[in-house]
Amino acid sequence: MTAPAALNTARPPAHEPAAGVSLERQSNGDRVFRVVLTLAAIAIPVLLAFLVFELWSGARLAIDRFGLGFITTSAWDPVAENFGAVPLVFGTLLSSFLALLIAVPLSLGVAIFLTEFAPMRIRQPVAFVIGLLAAIPSVVYGLWGIFVLIPLLRTTVFPFLERLLGFLPFFEGPIYGPSMLTAGIILAIMVMPYIMSVAREVLVAVPNSQREAALALGATRWEAVRTAVLPYARSGIFGAIILGLGRALGETMAVTMVIGNRHEISASLFAPGYTMAAAIANEFSEAVGDLHLAALAYVALLLFAVTVIVNAVARLLIWRVARGSAAGSKAI
Amino acid sequence: MGLIRDRRAWRRVRSNAMVVIMGAAVLLAVLPLVLILADLVIKGASSLNFEFFTSMPAPAGESGGGVAHAIVGTLIIVGIASAIGLPVGIAAGIYCAEYPASRITWVTRFMADVLNGTPSIVVGVFAWAWIVATQKHFSGLAGSAALAMLMIPMVLRTTEEMIRLVPNSLREAALALGYPRWRTSLTIVLRTTLPGIITGSLLAVARIAGETAPLLFTALGSQYMITNPNEPMAALPLTVFTYATGPFEEWHRFAWAAALVLILVVLALSIGARVALSRRAPNG
Repeated sequence: MTAPAALNTARPPAHEPAAGVSLERQSNGDRVFRVVLTLAAIAIPVLLAFLVFELWSGARLAIDRFGLGFITTSAWDPVAENFGAVPLVFGTLLSSFLALLIAVPLSLGVAIFLTEFAPMRIRQPVAFVIGLLAAIPSVVYGLWGIFVLIPLLRTTVFPFLERLLGFLPFFEGPIYGPSMLTAGIILAIMVMPYIMSVAREVLVAVPNSQREAALALGATRWEAVRTAVLPYARSGIFGAIILGLGRALGETMAVTMVIGNRHEISASLFAPGYTMAAAIANEFSEAVGDLHLAALAYVALLLFAVTVIVNAVARLLIWRVARGSAAGSKAI
Repeated sequence: MGLIRDRRAWRRVRSNAMVVIMGAAVLLAVLPLVLILADLVIKGASSLNFEFFTSMPAPAGESGGGVAHAIVGTLIIVGIASAIGLPVGIAAGIYCAEYPASRITWVTRFMADVLNGTPSIVVGVFAWAWIVATQKHFSGLAGSAALAMLMIPMVLRTTEEMIRLVPNSLREAALALGYPRWRTSLTIVLRTTLPGIITGSLLAVARIAGETAPLLFTALGSQYMITNPNEPMAALPLTVFTYATGPFEEWHRFAWAAALVLILVVLALSIGARVALSRRAPNG
């Protein structure tokens, strides 16, 4: 490329808006470059639109047949071709709720300890090690759940809970091992690193002046966190929790392996259950008829819709703190 | 006076108690990682031998054999997925970073976030409907497509973030020297961010290598050594799942061993990637 030609094609630096510069002033190389990149960038929205379309057309048979009644009835009978998703929706919500019940206090405790109290030297390494939990494949959690966690729960933890809290409907009935509570515990371990790392980022983003002001007024270290740091980070922490919820809702393999896979609603947490993702994983490749397949695709479509909404809410909340907008400081 | 001192002491005690409780939370959080890794080594390591890596599975119920077919299958499926997912993700990431004012950038970034939050099983259903249902047979290729789709948003995000760290003065210097934009992007900007992009790519590969759900009804699994990606194929995560949920003791032993291999690969990739990055960018 000769120098004068190149000079002509020089354009403003990238972060100046490129709009309004006519294509005629670009060299061929620039044009090709931009076209290739644009194609890659456009591929993502196109793929996603295609995904929604494919799920919808796959589910169409079931949508036409059951309509929205699909999420209010609880039959699941492939032979009679009658399908309703209530037990699946219930199982998905309950297992995720249990997971959050366990994971939220734990991950917030870790996040607060690592940003506020821990010695500087160990903050990064400990966060890194806990982050490794997020790298473990779901199927490995499932394997561990089947052969280590379930025997432990069945012989020790569940009988203990039954003796202690057996008068509650949640802790009665026969103990099998695979159960809603087992799924909740596995899910809690799996979503904890996500909640912890986002909550940590949010807490790090809280300005030091908040802490200093509280300490200057004579607050103890914990009081400074409780009165000055947590209120400031509140919506971001909430976002971290919802992000964890999004993970828990869609988690498939580990849940499938420990929840017991039964289309039933039971008050007892010791009873087996089912989730939307687990039902798809188990039944899709063995579906007996077109309507069965369509019903499972319908479940996938619902699961997709729910996770999109949950993630959108989470990002909105985190973004509000990250921007340091009025929303964060208003909380005080 | 005594009352005030008592109250102050009480507040200090409470503060210290909270610090201790949260420190205990850290121990409790690290515990599952230690337990899982220990169990994998205890129950899996004894089955790792030469035969395990090089032989085909023995007939159900018999002992011996290996998972060579699943290792080959995973390499092929993940290889094809990376060959599709990495270039598209990196190119889209460059686009988002280099043309931030474009409307496409806004839409793409938003859609990538949506895709990132999509459960992998849903992507599996999509790949099934798109490829398996139209071809009327299961294939490793369909599995690769699903994994590539999971990979793209991850790679896009890291690429974009890395490129945004490049100082504008570097770009301006190249442009002022008469470099056209495309050469600036490729030889200056991309060159500077290459370590970061490689890290992001390795992390993405590590994540999809362990994915099982999207392969269940795309690659399906197989008992044979298949190298043609247009046929149903075995993969390590699928093998762990089938063997763990199967009825035979021997299978369970193999499930632990296969899981140990899987986790060693995944952890090596993700720890290696992170260490490489933190050495480059100490404040990362």
